[in-house]
Amino acid sequence: MADKVLMKGNEAIAEAAIIAGCRHYFGYPITPQTEVAAYMAKKMPKIGGTFLQAESEIAAINMVYGVSSAGKRVMTSSSSPGISLKGEGLSYLAGADLPAFVVNVQRGGPGLGGIQPSQSDYFQSTRGGGHGDYRMIVYAPASVQEMASLTVKAFESADKYRMTAMILADGTMGQMMEPVDLASLKVNPAPEKLWATTGTGKKREHNIINSLYLKPEELEKVNFERYERYQTVEADEVMYEEYLMNDAEICVAAFGIAARVSKNAINEARARGIKVGMIRPITLWPFPKNVFKKAAEKAHTFISVELSMGQMIEDVKLSTECKANYLLCNRVGGMIPLPEQVLKCIENAAKGELK
Amino acid sequence: MKYKRITVVCGHYGSGKTNVALNMAYEQRQRGEDVSIADLDIVNPYFRTKDSIDELNNRGIGLICSDYAGTNLDIPALPDEMYAITDNINKNYVLDIGGDDRGALALGRLAPQIIKENDYSMIAVINMYRPLTRDYKSTIEVLREIEYAGGISFTAVINNSNLGVQTTSEDVLASISYAQEVSNNMSIPIIATSVSEKLKNELDGKIDNLFLMKLQKSLINKEC
Repeated sequence: MADKVLMKGNEAIAEAAIIAGCRHYFGYPITPQTEVAAYMAKKMPKIGGTFLQAESEIAAINMVYGVSSAGKRVMTSSSSPGISLKGEGLSYLAGADLPAFVVNVQRGGPGLGGIQPSQSDYFQSTRGGGHGDYRMIVYAPASVQEMASLTVKAFESADKYRMTAMILADGTMGQMMEPVDLASLKVNPAPEKLWATTGTGKKREHNIINSLYLKPEELEKVNFERYERYQTVEADEVMYEEYLMNDAEICVAAFGIAARVSKNAINEARARGIKVGMIRPITLWPFPKNVFKKAAEKAHTFISVELSMGQMIEDVKLSTECKANYLLCNRVGGMIPLPEQVLKCIENAAKGELK
Repeated sequence: MKYKRITVVCGHYGSGKTNVALNMAYEQRQRGEDVSIADLDIVNPYFRTKDSIDELNNRGIGLICSDYAGTNLDIPALPDEMYAITDNINKNYVLDIGGDDRGALALGRLAPQIIKENDYSMIAVINMYRPLTRDYKSTIEVLREIEYAGGISFTAVINNSNLGVQTTSEDVLASISYAQEVSNNMSIPIIATSVSEKLKNELDGKIDNLFLMKLQKSLINKEC
């Protein structure tokens, strides 16, 4: 294991971003993601990059807009209340078709909430967060290694589709320490960005980065075109993990820390003879709709294990066309479900009790 | 291990300071010493010594920490009781200082008194598996920043190189030359290599001054 290092999830994101070629970080400290900024503050000056602690989250996301316009790989990170502040910027990035990497290490909400882990920004990240018709590609890591590998993936897909790609982690993922194999990270270089504002050299027309379209016909056209691109993303970029789903009559849906807790519960339930498995969405948008739809051919009950009041469960219901039974197994406010709680839900579902 | 009245435990963020400090206090207590641990971390609101308060109470180890430690109120506060560390010279203390130079600032307030009394050791906890202290040069760079902020020079190194629960004896053995380089270049001794107790049998006789860590600080998710 000499090639491995012991990292916090937040540090793994920062190091993986550097490996992915990101040399520009703008942020504002907020627990539980501050280690991303602290790591960048130490490392960026040594490799000729930019670390800038902006005066606010709003300033930071607009700095991301600027650097992305110039064609460079760039990122910002925050936690729930800070991401709300970035909402306007996220919408402008989408409206200008700019690639960006944004990290949300969630804490309990709403409002200032608390500093313990949560997954209650699922709606915010998969349904927009800012105004207007747009999507972000949303990755949900369930280990420190995935915090690193999905960071690289996010930079690549952001560039490929000229979209914002987000890591939506819970505070546990940001704070926990695990060995990481950084040498295993393979990076595709950024594609040539002919649209970037890099200077014409008097050899081409000016490139203009803009989200303002005053003629409704034009604005409609760019929206339609953008959604055609989103269809490609839905077709090609879905990521998920299936666990013991071959014969599953009960399907647990969980991501991030909830998936790790659920795995323990599923193993115990299997030992008790219950045919239960798990689908772990790794991309929350695009959501693995077809995988859930197929699972509904065998599974009579879906249990959504979440650190929220029940947000992903809506996508589980939509994907399975509301044809099965559904059960929410949750803790909120910074609490984490224990395997015993999930096991109890699974046992209830096996008995046909929906509670 | 031999202990002075005050043992200051410092190091890079995430190098394992709290675990080492807990176990140093525990070893002194087992020898019948009157010992307290002082959590002076002003950097990290999580994974605090206070999380282990029951384990400490049960073993008769005192705890000095901010009222806000472990309450999720994320403010860099220090306890007024911290002055007992230099005032109460009939008792031993292990000081768990926050990570990096930012954490070591808290030590600066006590440094003149500690140096004046001159019954202390200043321990550098090092872990070559942490990404920013992979070699002796980067490690010493971090340790020098800590000395500058904290106002005390290191007197010894503890090699706590580990990969968390997945650490193997090979990982520990592979870190020996690294620790030696840190020690040589700072002209201070390696007083121990600290490992989880479960590696005892595999490492016995292979490493000088093996320090077995019997206590493990509380983690947020023991189940997973």
